[in-house]
Amino acid sequence: MPSELRLRVESGLGNGRVRVNIRRAMDHLVHKRAAAFPDAEEREGLRAQGEAIRAEALARLPELLETLERTCTGNGMRVHWAETAAEANRIALDILRAKGARTLIKGKSMVSEEMGLNAFLAAEGIEAVETDLGELILQLGGERPSHIIAPAIHKDRYEVAELFGRCFPELPYREDIEGLTAAARAVMRERFRAATAGLSGVNFAVAETGTLCLVENEGNGRLCTSAPDVHIAVMGIEKVIARLDQLPPLLTLLTRSATGQPVTTYVNLISGPRRAGERDGPSEVHLILLDNGRSRVYADPELRDTLRCIRCGACMNHCPIYARLGGHAYGTVYPGPIGSILEPQLQGLDRQGELAEASTLCGACAEACPVKIPIPKLLNRLRWEAVRPDPDAPTLAPGSRRRALPALGWWLWAWVYASPGRYRAISTLAGRLRWLAPRRLGAWTRSRTAPVPAPRPLSRLVEAEGFERE
Amino acid sequence: MPGAAELTVRRFDWGAEEQTARFSQALVAVQGQVIEVGADWPRRVADLLAERGAGRLAFGSEAELAAELTRGWPPDSPVRLVPWAEPIETGRDRLFGEIEAALTGCRGAIAETGSLILWPGRMEPRLLSLVPPIHLVLLDPREIRSTLHELLVEQAWSAGMPSNALLITGPSKSADIEQTLTYGVHGPKELIVLIRASSD
Ligand code: SF4
Repeated sequence: MPSELRLRVESGLGNGRVRVNIRRAMDHLVHKRAAAFPDAEEREGLRAQGEAIRAEALARLPELLETLERTCTGNGMRVHWAETAAEANRIALDILRAKGARTLIKGKSMVSEEMGLNAFLAAEGIEAVETDLGELILQLGGERPSHIIAPAIHKDRYEVAELFGRCFPELPYREDIEGLTAAARAVMRERFRAATAGLSGVNFAVAETGTLCLVENEGNGRLCTSAPDVHIAVMGIEKVIARLDQLPPLLTLLTRSATGQPVTTYVNLISGPRRAGERDGPSEVHLILLDNGRSRVYADPELRDTLRCIRCGACMNHCPIYARLGGHAYGTVYPGPIGSILEPQLQGLDRQGELAEASTLCGACAEACPVKIPIPKLLNRLRWEAVRPDPDAPTLAPGSRRRALPALGWWLWAWVYASPGRYRAISTLAGRLRWLAPRRLGAWTRSRTAPVPAPRPLSRLVEAEGFERE
Repeated sequence: MPGAAELTVRRFDWGAEEQTARFSQALVAVQGQVIEVGADWPRRVADLLAERGAGRLAFGSEAELAAELTRGWPPDSPVRLVPWAEPIETGRDRLFGEIEAALTGCRGAIAETGSLILWPGRMEPRLLSLVPPIHLVLLDPREIRSTLHELLVEQAWSAGMPSNALLITGPSKSADIEQTLTYGVHGPKELIVLIRASSD
């Protein structure tokens, strides 16, 4: 029986409209990133710097998190630790209840998606309102983001127009993008004015100064963090960096890699609630630090590199698989190459291990990654974890994807390749029996011919040319 | 792999004139407007706003620029000055509903990216640069630095951050529908920077 992932892949490949929308957007983003790094030497220098800053932060993670808690608390924020998504949701709910908030306006936050916050709050009678244009479109349509930076990238203007027409019948029907954007502004303005509580993600948290850094273009993030009386920030524990002067290189790497912008319209640095004498800004700022499996990832020195990620989305923009499937086929909060290494680790190989196979290992992701995460290497590691003989490996609950037949196949392969004699015998035999090779191989041969062993193995041809065997 | 500390930071030694030129160019590229002004800048502001049909201009009542603005404001201007000192709790509806433009100062700017640096606070509330549809900023070109790194090190930000610090680079925008840029989403639709003539 095909797995759920394979079914989603089939349906993703079958949706022509989504494929066109995604492909167009990815080509555009790849092109814009390339134009944003005109000087390869500068780009590589920045990437080395980004890698070093993030690696340093991870090497010192426990210490930096303690410092962050101290500096943020010193700045008047309240810091909360959540080991699971459920705990984080509960903390957010308690804050909202204490404030008597019935509505929460939200800036874009992937961690809140990870928490499933909106659905949780809805069940508790609190309405969470997405304010980012892309997220708003998804919320109205009851959909999930298909890209971590451009969440509604799979939709075109006509679908959005249809959606707005249905949800806001009082507004004039428009199909042009400017008109649709204006409609979103009109609808959201009132929500911004009236809200008592706002929530945001965090792009970087600076331990040295107790500062949360948020980047955005629309201004909705600033509104969510400055207009209401309480601001709740949610972040994964890996987002901390040591010092403020490390922020500029990371910022430029993030925005150039993500959308090809030299900088976003707004960079919002928050170091605490409203101070004495100030006339606006929230009177309470809460920081929720979410683990949700990250310390398990952290414990493995090789897999730890996953946590360097600054969530720019460049790996998915450059991924041939993502560009053909779109994000929904992955079925996880984080799609694309980063999702394929992160989700199996956060959720366990038994649940998401198959994602590690959703890659050709072409390496385009690692080449684009601003912090040089060796994604193909980590994919391979996860594939290996899934079939390795030790089902009790410490970090990942592996072993559950180990199937007898492939395991036997790989064992045989290793056995044959370990000895030149065995290899020669088998390759000669394969050449003799080539007429037995199947002509049809499922979907593969729908548009390709089936591979057939050569009549004489390469090693023999080479020998015939007079080369010595080493 | 070298440690993060040993890596050299990008700096550019552009002269003052080139910095201003680069700042303007980068800001204009993202739909910001840059105007060079002299000592009569309040009159220029009044004209700009009258052209746009804006009725009220808010500014931080204790802001550095407040005295100069009110002194230089043309008495016959159809645009009314609104010195803003109200806490958000009482001023929210007026700010969202009645104020078409706001003027703020800034703490410097960045040539590389065309960014303005704002430290809103007691003198100039955060929402002034965010809620009104037009945001005007007065900038002394001597405050422009090449990069954010240069500026934050020189101003010793790490010694003490304000509750809110901002980089603003252009009017609010989105590309969430078909990757097509549109300006004026949730924040200001226009960002106008008044650069004081350097002879001032
Ligand atoms: S893995 Fe690298 S390229 Fe992908 S989102 Fe993270 S930082 Fe960006």
